[in-house]
Amino acid sequence: MAEASQPAAGAKTAADPFNRQETLTADTFLRGLWEENPVFVMLLGMCPVLAVTNSAINALGMGLATTFVLLGSGALVSLLRHWIPKQVRIASYIVIIATFVTVVDYAIHAISLELYASLGAFIQLIVVNCIILGRAEAYASNQRLLPTLVNGLGMGLGFTLALFSLGAVREILGNGTLFGMQLFGDSFQPWLVMILPPGGFFVLGAWLLLFAWLKQRRERRLLAAAGAAAHG
Amino acid sequence: MANPSLPLIFLDAAVVNNFVLALFLGICPFLGTSAKKETALNMGLATSFVMVVSSLSAYGVNWLLVELELEFLRLICFIAIIASAVQLVEMFVKKYSPALFRSLGIFLPLITTNCAILGLALFQTAKEYDFLQSLVYALGAGTGFMLALMLMAGLREKLELARLPTVSQGAAMTLMLAGLLSLAFMGFAGLGGSHG
Repeated sequence: MAEASQPAAGAKTAADPFNRQETLTADTFLRGLWEENPVFVMLLGMCPVLAVTNSAINALGMGLATTFVLLGSGALVSLLRHWIPKQVRIASYIVIIATFVTVVDYAIHAISLELYASLGAFIQLIVVNCIILGRAEAYASNQRLLPTLVNGLGMGLGFTLALFSLGAVREILGNGTLFGMQLFGDSFQPWLVMILPPGGFFVLGAWLLLFAWLKQRRERRLLAAAGAAAHG
Repeated sequence: MANPSLPLIFLDAAVVNNFVLALFLGICPFLGTSAKKETALNMGLATSFVMVVSSLSAYGVNWLLVELELEFLRLICFIAIIASAVQLVEMFVKKYSPALFRSLGIFLPLITTNCAILGLALFQTAKEYDFLQSLVYALGAGTGFMLALMLMAGLREKLELARLPTVSQGAAMTLMLAGLLSLAFMGFAGLGGSHG
């Protein structure tokens, strides 16, 4: 079965114009960090982004766990890309992802019981994080191993960065601490709502507003510069 | 929680610990399909149906896995169940209501990766609910999801008419709205005793 389907899959990939092999560049890595940042730009994987970012350490733990699953599942999907029949590919990807998530789940349980308790069900819910399935489907399924790993690492770190930027803000505002260290004096009144669920929505909304504002300002400047150049 | 009564479970899942606004599950379809009330209602119904089917199947499979001492396969089995349930709904909707099928579009197969459903299966296992409790829990979660979606869609339809600064249009404003809704739902916290 596997041998029979392999040449057919190979013939199909050769004819498919979208199936280009990407050459490895710095951009393969950097794209995920900024330009295609999964959280701030593509708005993927929102649930863990909002749910576990009530402290900086939770955010980092979640980000790294997701990165590991992203790398592991990406590698396996990339290596098996000629053997997985097209019709059942999504199901196969999900099973691969679920396997790695189970590994992470048991690993975190063994390493830090505290982190495991505070992340709760969200470790297991990495399975349904759209970023991972999206990467498997859109990237790993037609790229070689090395670009997949590099791209996955970039995406994972971009995700971690976004989680951290939310978690840090929420912990500082809501609790007056960062990584559990007291930042302000005793007179600080914690802004409690920030570590509660609504705070997640507010802080992410505020980050998006900031980025939209920066983008708008840059576009205006470019437009003004173009106008000036045309006149000069 | 020892053995909460059925109405309490329903209330807890639907309002107090609303899956979307308090537990942050299923945010993607919540943001994606809440632009119009009609789509929101249909999406809510489809999701609720998948929730009930997968919750009941998850209960059965979990019992089997515990009997066979194969608990480490739980996650993989749950996700397989959910994928099949979604496939079932998809075929059903396509056959009986092609218009609805088109209006839901990509979000219908994406119910598979709706974390509210996997979350539901995992929570009911963690809370050790029996068959009837699981059913009520799934119904409550579905109602809560639909409620959040409908409220959000109503707000967003009104917002269409408001004049917003261009910078805040789109995702940022939607998230701020969701934050306000979530703040409102926090008022229910504590209703029906302690949870967790």
